[in-house]
Amino acid sequence: MGKFVRLGVAEKSLLVVILLQVIVIQSLSNQFLTSNNLMSILNVSSLNIIFAVGLLVVLLAGGIDISFAVACSVVQYVTASLMVSIGGGNWAIAVFSGVAVGVILSWINAGIIMKFRIVSIVVTIATFNIYFGLLMFFTRGTSIYNLPAWWTDRLILWEHQSEKGVWTELTLPVVVMFFAVIATWLLLARTNLGRQIYAFGDSLLAAERVGIDITRTYLIAYGWLGLMVGIGAIVQVHYAQEVVPNALYGRELDVLAAAVLGGARLGGGSGSVLGVVLGVLVITITQSGLNLVGASPYAYRMIVGAVILMAIVGYSRPFSSLLAKGLRKFGSGS
Amino acid sequence: MVNHSDQPCLVPLVQLQNISVRFEGVKALDGVEFSLEAGEIHCLAGENGSGKSTLIKVMTGVYKPTPDGKILVEGEHVDEMTPLEARAVKIGTIWQDLALFPHMTVYENIAITQILGNNPKIVNLKNLRSIAHDALSKLGVDIPLEEKVGSLPISQRQLVAIARALAQDCRVLIMDEANASLTHAETLKLTEIVRRLSERGISIVFVSHRLAEVLEISHRVTVLRDGRLVGVFPTQGMTQSRLSELMTGRTFANQSPRVRRANTEVVLQVVGCSRRGEFDDVCLSLQRGEILGFTGLLGAGRTELALTLFGMKRPDSGKLLLNGKRLRLRSNIEAISSGIAYLSEDRLQLGLVQEQSIASNIVAASLKSAMLGPFLSGRTLADIVSSWVRELKIKIGNAEDAINTLSGGNQQRAAIAKWLATNPQVLILDAPTVGVDVGARASIFRIVANLAKSGMSIIIISDEVPEVYFNCDRVLHFSSGKIKGEYFPQDCTVSDLERAVYG
Repeated sequence: MGKFVRLGVAEKSLLVVILLQVIVIQSLSNQFLTSNNLMSILNVSSLNIIFAVGLLVVLLAGGIDISFAVACSVVQYVTASLMVSIGGGNWAIAVFSGVAVGVILSWINAGIIMKFRIVSIVVTIATFNIYFGLLMFFTRGTSIYNLPAWWTDRLILWEHQSEKGVWTELTLPVVVMFFAVIATWLLLARTNLGRQIYAFGDSLLAAERVGIDITRTYLIAYGWLGLMVGIGAIVQVHYAQEVVPNALYGRELDVLAAAVLGGARLGGGSGSVLGVVLGVLVITITQSGLNLVGASPYAYRMIVGAVILMAIVGYSRPFSSLLAKGLRKFGSGS
Repeated sequence: MVNHSDQPCLVPLVQLQNISVRFEGVKALDGVEFSLEAGEIHCLAGENGSGKSTLIKVMTGVYKPTPDGKILVEGEHVDEMTPLEARAVKIGTIWQDLALFPHMTVYENIAITQILGNNPKIVNLKNLRSIAHDALSKLGVDIPLEEKVGSLPISQRQLVAIARALAQDCRVLIMDEANASLTHAETLKLTEIVRRLSERGISIVFVSHRLAEVLEISHRVTVLRDGRLVGVFPTQGMTQSRLSELMTGRTFANQSPRVRRANTEVVLQVVGCSRRGEFDDVCLSLQRGEILGFTGLLGAGRTELALTLFGMKRPDSGKLLLNGKRLRLRSNIEAISSGIAYLSEDRLQLGLVQEQSIASNIVAASLKSAMLGPFLSGRTLADIVSSWVRELKIKIGNAEDAINTLSGGNQQRAAIAKWLATNPQVLILDAPTVGVDVGARASIFRIVANLAKSGMSIIIISDEVPEVYFNCDRVLHFSSGKIKGEYFPQDCTVSDLERAVYG
């Protein structure tokens, strides 16, 4: 039958890290392995995972995007204003509008990168500022709270009350996140377009030689991120019950760091859906764990930064060689 | 079915007629003819810069010939050859860089056409694997299908590239310098595979400058020189020296090795240097005013050793001595200030900054000598540039023009000027004639000979054996990271050395 999932260095290491984290946090706090806490980790991670799988597709194609998080805020604001102005709307219109705006903003990035042949990081830092600037200018920083009821009514797909009376809920973002992950996995692993994205990011020269359409591949990659941004925008509004223009500012770096932690190679050609999902989870678990053991919230960024740095050093030289080197040193030092 | 031709066998599979290619006014190819029979192994021979690669790029639609040229496939005129059209008429190419995807699996690389196409579709991995498996078994080789191509040795990657062409059912297979990085044993295996493909009716175009192997394997050889056709010859009865003459236009009989020189003091000494996986226990010495040649196959460790002498790699063990003193190089900056210069084999990407001016390129390594306090002296820089342009007879318009406006030979002279401006004792030239036309090569070697006469010690690295044979005082043969032999050109023939290198 062949192996269904082939684990790379990043995925294996992250699984080990998560296991260690669970053991340590559980032994320190005894509250980690509760269904309530686990579900809340999923709830908190959902939007970042939706973003991360979208970003993964762009990273695989050798691109990068800094603007997607503020683009997501633009999508939210445009869609919420639209819903208010048409007197309510419904899920279908909101999703359609969200995806349309998300894809357009993403294709603006792709278009500029392709047309003027500018490095994607430079282009998307510029559009990051433009999108955020426009948003703050037109909203004057005000939030929208009077959203239609269908949007903000809690959709609880599964719930459970423990003996102590604590509720565990499976919410809409988690379900959407699962679909986003599976769809992205199918795209990347099982379709010709996904394989072309891998090939394109792996070797531009070889991709040109075998006849892969460069522009098309780029549009598909950025379009997919736009799709995820649009969907993420709608479910995030549902989850947060409000639209705050600067709520997602800064999220792009968290997601990018999680993707790289998950083994996505900057420059393209390497990275997996499972890897980036684990990458996001490691960061959320770290945060949750620090919370549970009562560490200072100010320590959080520092520790996350250190975790990412260690992971990336680890991937760039295989663990086995580091270990061998360490042992040799240990042996000769004694 | 009506047979349009009475004697279909007489129509060659591929015919190129009166092909010329111009790059910005310079003729890269000039009225060249080429024809390929079905099942034939045809060698395209010529020195670097003779137009071999340009010709195969015309054949595969990468370059457009001028309108008076014609391309015919099975006697049918092809209006416009494009890469897509080439694939449609089943012309496959194995480029020197192989055009593989290192992070993808062997089977995906082989069955790459299955994942192409603009319409979304689900990829049938089982189908991909079986296509790859079939192609590999046609070749008679066994490579794990799930392996990432980047983790395979170069010889196996080559087989993956060939399997890819087979999976596309190619009738013509063009192999561009396919054996450049293979050992003799690997080349023999490749030869065997090429024979088998030809027996299946696949035509092979072999581009190579390893004459012995080419003569052994191919049926006919087309020789190019300076973008022109020298002729098409059956390989039966062709000798290596005759072919060399045809390629270079010089008879080696008239060319003689350098005159034997008297020993002088040792400048540079390498004592038992090793670097894991690159070179092993290398000992050599270089005398003042000596020209020492390094030859051997690609990947024999020559360039790696040169980079070690230039401080860009550090040896795992062994030591370097310069003028009898221990030399510990931590970087190439230290190497340059100790008087060692290294001309990169990759002039295009590493040797010169293509977009920058001729002047900036020439002074790039010697800015220190033009410092006036904390500032650069424009006048000193201009003096350095003009003196080297004069000295090396570099043909330039304006020193501020971008260096990529110069011809290959002039670019190489500018690159040499850059290193001469650092006033080196030891000058290492790695593949100094790649992409330099035949006439300009001779003048580069004249420059080198004059530098040696003035007391500079020079190392020339080249995989073209005649080049080191006729231009060096002494030649070291590298193989798998070791020095296999030392040759004095006065005491052996060029064929002795070629036999040693190519096995």
